[in-house]
Amino acid sequence: MKSLQLDRLRGVVERAFDNVELFRTRLNERGLTPADIRGLEDIAKLPFTVKTDLRDTYPFGLFASPMAEVVRLHASSGTTGKPIVVAYTQEDVDVWTNAMVRSLASCGITHGDIVQNAYGYGLFTGGLGAHYGAEALGATVVPISGGNTERQIMLMKDFKVTAICCTPSYFIHLLERAGELGVDVRELPLRAGVFGAEPWTESMRRHIETAGGIKAYDIYGLSEIIGPGVAVECWAQNGLHVFEDHFFPEIVDPVSGEPLAEGCEGELVITTLSKKAMPMIRYRTRDITSLVPEPCPCGRTIRRMRRIGRRSDDMIILRGINVFPSQIEGALLAVEGTLPHYQIVLSREKGLDQMEVQVEVTPEVFSDQIGALEKLHDKLTHSLDHTLGLRVAVRLVKPQTIQRSEGKAKRVIDRRNLV
Amino acid sequence: MKIHQLSLFLENQPGQMIEPCRLLAGAAIDIRSLSLADTRQFGILRMIVSDWKVAAELLESKGYVVNVTEVVAIEVEDRPGGLAELMTLFENSGINIEYMYAFPFGRGNRAVMIFRFDQPDAAIERLRAAGINVVGGVDVYNRVS
Repeated sequence: MKSLQLDRLRGVVERAFDNVELFRTRLNERGLTPADIRGLEDIAKLPFTVKTDLRDTYPFGLFASPMAEVVRLHASSGTTGKPIVVAYTQEDVDVWTNAMVRSLASCGITHGDIVQNAYGYGLFTGGLGAHYGAEALGATVVPISGGNTERQIMLMKDFKVTAICCTPSYFIHLLERAGELGVDVRELPLRAGVFGAEPWTESMRRHIETAGGIKAYDIYGLSEIIGPGVAVECWAQNGLHVFEDHFFPEIVDPVSGEPLAEGCEGELVITTLSKKAMPMIRYRTRDITSLVPEPCPCGRTIRRMRRIGRRSDDMIILRGINVFPSQIEGALLAVEGTLPHYQIVLSREKGLDQMEVQVEVTPEVFSDQIGALEKLHDKLTHSLDHTLGLRVAVRLVKPQTIQRSEGKAKRVIDRRNLV
Repeated sequence: MKIHQLSLFLENQPGQMIEPCRLLAGAAIDIRSLSLADTRQFGILRMIVSDWKVAAELLESKGYVVNVTEVVAIEVEDRPGGLAELMTLFENSGINIEYMYAFPFGRGNRAVMIFRFDQPDAAIERLRAAGINVVGGVDVYNRVS
């Protein structure tokens, strides 16, 4: 494995150096050339790539392939409303598909299974990634995409679906809706769920497995690297195997960036060893985890990482969509002209993640007329909707009700894991 | 001839009304009249008080958002048709009544009502021309009956 990783690492560093200006400049600044990568440990000499690099070079600045060789583009939300764009050659799509085939197989899914793919299809990598993987595995795909829960339940029952791919919070929502409709999911043929695109807990897993009568597996991935299929659990459900022949993991100190010893908890950094269209060298995922050096009882020899419990930045993942408090600030500022005190409250209702933005009413915007306040409320809702691309609730609150600590308000209250 | 009305932002939750009432009580400020407008999330408490400047300062110092609006207090005949006759004045005038409420006290056989017009000056002009008594601030704040 190590010699394969080194071969591929040298290849990808050379490719990025030859084709990506930002990477070449950064190596030059450090007096490095691709020839300086002699061993795997030399990876620590290379500069990091961060999310803002993708934003700063929007849309195509980090591509290492001419557009004629790019067969697919995906995009996800960034910090300023501009999305980040990722590209795939046919070879990249094939690597991705292969990683998803392995992922689904690791969750016990095989040909003959009927897979309901409830990840959103479109620019989001979840839908198409799971779709191609399940098809290549020889399973029957039901490409239902997200939403329309009642129809999801009907088809799940009528098609005798055996596996589902979606976010864990959506599946909990589906279970609750099924209960309201008098459908007991435990009695359906459904036996496996591949859940990802947002953090979830062991207690959620227990709930899903008991209420759904299925095995629930955690899958990890991010668009910048490839999409879903970077790492996945096996039957042991004790850590996610990283497909390290394509995605090389490192754990670094989230503050200093220094590499940490194996087994230590820190920020996950990934290098794409095989990517052609958009190589990512030492990409800072902001996800906090650790690598597990011990062998897994399942027999796979690739390393595992622990489930992601938290992130090193303030990014919020809501129903699979990335949201930054800075985006919310921008949206509020656009309406009021001055930034009001606000707070983001995350909760889980009927299994679905909810976001409420509480905004303190200021004398400047307050009026004796209900209509004026309702108009303000609508404008704030619209502005947030427009910026985030998702519907959030706005609540106007009395001044001084939002807690301030050391003059700075605590921006995000996450109550999702307490449920 | 306009009256100063205080409006307070309140959240629509149990216990929100009592604090401002207690604060005013503590400062010996009398609430002459009030009206509460509510939505599912929040409410606006509108009040005519005996000393609006002191009340506004006090409430603001306690963290309330206070809005001061000029409204018009009008005497209305307290009999069937009294209000309808008054409203006729504004029919087809283009003047909008945003909201209104009444004082708990009257003057003789007349009730006193608060009107929030979108164009208070134009409204007062019409009232005067029709010989209708617009009650002055001092009368209302001091409850002259």
